[in-house]
Amino acid sequence: MVQNDRRITIITGHYGSGKTEFAVNYSVKLSQISPKVTLGDLDIVNVYFRSRERKAQLQEMGIHVISSSIEGDSVDIPAVAAITSPVRDKSTRYIVDLGGNDTGTMVLGRIKPLLDLSETDFFMVVNTNRPNTSSPEGIIKEMKSIEGASGLKVTGFVNNTNLIRETTAENIAMGDKILKEASRLSGVPIKYTTYVEEVLHEPLPEGLSGELFPMKFYMRKDWM
Amino acid sequence: MAKVLMKGNEAIGKAAIEAGCRFFFGYPITPQSELPEYLSEELPKVGGTFVQAESEVAAINMVYGAAAAGARVLTSSSSPGIALKQEGIGYITNADLPAVVVNMMRGGPGLGTIQPGQADYHMCVKGGSNGDYHNIVLAPSSVQEAVDMVMDAFDLADCYRTPVIILSDGLIGQMMEPVQFHYESKRQLPAKDWALTGKGNGEKHMIVNLNMDAEDCENHNIELQKKYAIIEQKEQAWEEYCMDDAEYAFVSYGTSARITKSAIDTLRKEGYKVGLIRPKTLYPFPKDAFTRKEIKKYIDIEMSMGQMVDDVKLACNDVNKVVFYGRTGGIILTPEEVVEFAKSVIGGDK
Repeated sequence: MVQNDRRITIITGHYGSGKTEFAVNYSVKLSQISPKVTLGDLDIVNVYFRSRERKAQLQEMGIHVISSSIEGDSVDIPAVAAITSPVRDKSTRYIVDLGGNDTGTMVLGRIKPLLDLSETDFFMVVNTNRPNTSSPEGIIKEMKSIEGASGLKVTGFVNNTNLIRETTAENIAMGDKILKEASRLSGVPIKYTTYVEEVLHEPLPEGLSGELFPMKFYMRKDWM
Repeated sequence: MAKVLMKGNEAIGKAAIEAGCRFFFGYPITPQSELPEYLSEELPKVGGTFVQAESEVAAINMVYGAAAAGARVLTSSSSPGIALKQEGIGYITNADLPAVVVNMMRGGPGLGTIQPGQADYHMCVKGGSNGDYHNIVLAPSSVQEAVDMVMDAFDLADCYRTPVIILSDGLIGQMMEPVQFHYESKRQLPAKDWALTGKGNGEKHMIVNLNMDAEDCENHNIELQKKYAIIEQKEQAWEEYCMDDAEYAFVSYGTSARITKSAIDTLRKEGYKVGLIRPKTLYPFPKDAFTRKEIKKYIDIEMSMGQMVDDVKLACNDVNKVVFYGRTGGIILTPEEVVEFAKSVIGGDK
């Protein structure tokens, strides 16, 4: 489970793959077993649905949230705060929530020289219901583009295939099939398969890749 | 076609292409920039033309040109950008040309905020340009509805030779939802025999904006009003939610209506007889939905300071029946505050 992953978990993926919801859920799970958890919201691409919107709720759970150095939700200046200290502070687990696509990884330039790759995971979140990552080839193309821009190698996939509240077990299984092929072609393992407990009303099939990762909606309100 | 997960802004771009739109002229602004970004990549693949203009004013005048040539053409922006386009929208309206304009509203006035808002109702529904005119205004409440409305907007624009505005907000633009695309025109589309496509051996066509004679100008206005009378008669659209036995009717559109539905579910569980009239067309305003005599109060819920209230009062023809609650400036309403306000209006009347 999450405690066996490396100390620094950088979460990337195609725009709209569900990175932030995964990053927030991942941080919450970690906070239940790790004494010190820091979530860095380094999304410089999107201006809505960023993990910093849940800062107060996450801080209450004991998660330290780093986001823009400029306070105020209305700011779409790509400014991020002191993001390097959790890289140096070996006592904290550090989850980095990036913006989408290759563009979103550009912010990593600031921390990359400090990273010890032996303690860093670079997870790519994939939703095969998104048009650009609906095939193994599309996923690998996206991965190469992210790796090219970031200079880091993806160390694991997260199957986050969903249709929000219309997600079915069949849907997740289809995502697994596509991602398995991408995994076979690229050699990158599938670490987790996610599902949101409140929307899935049927059992998941056997044999899904990686560990099952139940999630809650933190970013999406009930009426959305 | 299977459903895919798309952000509102991207889905609108795809819907436009599916509906045959091949020209987009615009300028980026949060929270709608994914729409031009999507079309910049996808329009060239289908032989279309994407231009990031030097300004919103330039963009809307490029729309004017493409519309005059008979093309299906789209522009998009968010509140202050739509304010800049108003002159061009008036020109296109006066020239009886079809075009589709998407407004992903944000907080205002002025530059305001980048968060979602609904404070452009007056500008878009009442007409932000000069002269006696209306544009058809459609208000989607989900990404799928935005897709369907964009497709129909191109047909409406062609049928009535008028700009059609999709009046949405940043939340619908930024939200991911499952969508599917299927364009099939439900309307009898007239031939564009007025378009400026090069005279060749054919008739001379002219599209003019300046009337040299006041009487001509008045006559054109009379023709416009005849067109609006037909639109008001034929194109009103709304959704009703829990209205069968309702004694108190919320009136809300777009994102606010989603929040209001959630509030209604809570109030219904507690025994309150509440329902929702959700205008899908803001012009024409669905006044035919306001005929129930048993409604004691209409509770208008908006993310503005109450710009739709006057239309609700006119539709129900009783100013004393209409109350309003809203948040503005980019603040998103919560279902809880809508419930609380409704209870303050209804009291113990279950």
